[in-house]
Amino acid sequence: MLHWLTLMADSLPSLLWAALAFTVPLTLASFALGLVVGLMTAVIRLFGPPPLAAIVRFYVWIIRGTPLLVQLFLIFYGLPSAGIVLDAFPAALIGFTLSVGAYTSEIIRAAIGSVPKGQWEAAYSIGMSWTQAMRRTVLPQALRVAVPPLSNSFISLVKDTSLAAAITVPELFQAAQRIVATTYEPLILYVEVALIYLVLSSVLSAMQVRLERRLARYGGFLEARS
Amino acid sequence: MIGLSNIEKRFGDVPVLKGVSLTVAEGCVTALIGPSGGGKSTLLRCINLLEIPNSGTLRIGEEEMSFQPGVRPGWKDIQRLRGQTGMVFQNFQLFPHRTAIENVMEGLITVQKWPAERARERAVSLLRKVGMDHKADAWPATLSGGQQQRVAIARALAPSPRVLLCDEPTSALDPELSGEVVEVLGKLAEEGTTMVMATHDLRLAATIAHEAVFLEDGQVVETGPSRELFARPARERTRRFVATLTQQGQHGEGV
Ligand SMILES: Nc1ncnc2c1ncn2[C@@H]1O[C@H](COP(=O)(O)OP(=O)(O)O)[C@@H](O)[C@H]1O
Ligand SMILES: [Mg+2]
Repeated sequence: MLHWLTLMADSLPSLLWAALAFTVPLTLASFALGLVVGLMTAVIRLFGPPPLAAIVRFYVWIIRGTPLLVQLFLIFYGLPSAGIVLDAFPAALIGFTLSVGAYTSEIIRAAIGSVPKGQWEAAYSIGMSWTQAMRRTVLPQALRVAVPPLSNSFISLVKDTSLAAAITVPELFQAAQRIVATTYEPLILYVEVALIYLVLSSVLSAMQVRLERRLARYGGFLEARS
Repeated sequence: MIGLSNIEKRFGDVPVLKGVSLTVAEGCVTALIGPSGGGKSTLLRCINLLEIPNSGTLRIGEEEMSFQPGVRPGWKDIQRLRGQTGMVFQNFQLFPHRTAIENVMEGLITVQKWPAERARERAVSLLRKVGMDHKADAWPATLSGGQQQRVAIARALAPSPRVLLCDEPTSALDPELSGEVVEVLGKLAEEGTTMVMATHDLRLAATIAHEAVFLEDGQVVETGPSRELFARPARERTRRFVATLTQQGQHGEGV
């Protein structure tokens, strides 16, 4: 028992380091970039010219229809044969960004679609342009609808970054694998790494709850009440 | 000072406005009456270009625009005309994520680029005008329908439009709650606000409006001073429609 605790304590610094240096930045950066891609994809699908909409629909179809692990392997191990050589971290960043972009585009598209048409018209009627109506009126309301499913994507992403271990990114899970290779204590180490992921995603869930509460402050969509 | 001439609007192959001509003088309140589906909403939406007419000419103040099938006017031109109008919707359409006063300030800040302080001052005075200054910081979802509609009227008035367009402003409200909206619109009429309102509400159409236009099946059937049109309709069709409105009115409904 004591042996286990010592082992955990000894490995903790290098695991936390791997989490802070790789898992967390990879998650934050690919989620932020993925949201931008997702928003653009959603807007093109909803409002863009048909040929462009067809292209982004193809992108979403490919990403959602193939395993993330295969995508990462393609980018990191496959692309060099086509002359594109990427370091492990950028390769992972691109892979996760594309994945987040595809999944969140569907969430954002539905959320934008859920804002009643009358809200666009009210915005136009006071003189707003399409961009102003989108930014000031539609997106804030869409955001509220999108936050719970986006948070789920975010929490999944934290865990999915462990796949980057397979393309040599020295993130949290890979750090654990390396320690196991020298200590031969897979049970302890993998329990420890699971606990760290659990803490990370619990912190994020708590943040999600606070964000949702903040966004809920204005009450529901307005029905015609009398 | 508002002139519509020969406005036509089709949705697909279905003609909804079949050459409507109409003039509204400055300071005049015009009621659009007529059966559902007659084209009242579409006509109002053609005036602020939420719908683009297929043909005809629209003039508001000094701004004029002619329409041709298949030609979409430029954004700048639409803005120029739309900027002359304010619109009040049947189901209010307040921005739910903004407080009452923020709703009123929104156009001033986002579109007219007013400084926040100046916009707030104007919003407060408009909210006072519609009797909603005590609820300036309330979320729309916490307001009654009548209160929401009064805030929506203040929002529409904020950019000082030349004409206020109202699409059945009281029909989503119970009779008691609609009274406060009727009162506000009556006050605006007295102050000389130019308004065009689609309505089935006799208090608005017969009492507040100066002119009435009976629109059916996309065409103007009859038009005239509202008291005349309600008391002595020239056309048989108008007479029957006015009779149904009056009957409903006597049952305390502004359907
Ligand atoms: N966006 C639209 N697309 C197709 N048809 C429409 C649309 N808007 C209105 N219409 C049709 O146009 C006709 C007139 O509608 P509307 O202007 O709403 O009449 P009213 O306001 O007098 O009830 C109706 O037959 C309606 O179904
Ligand atoms: Mg209507």
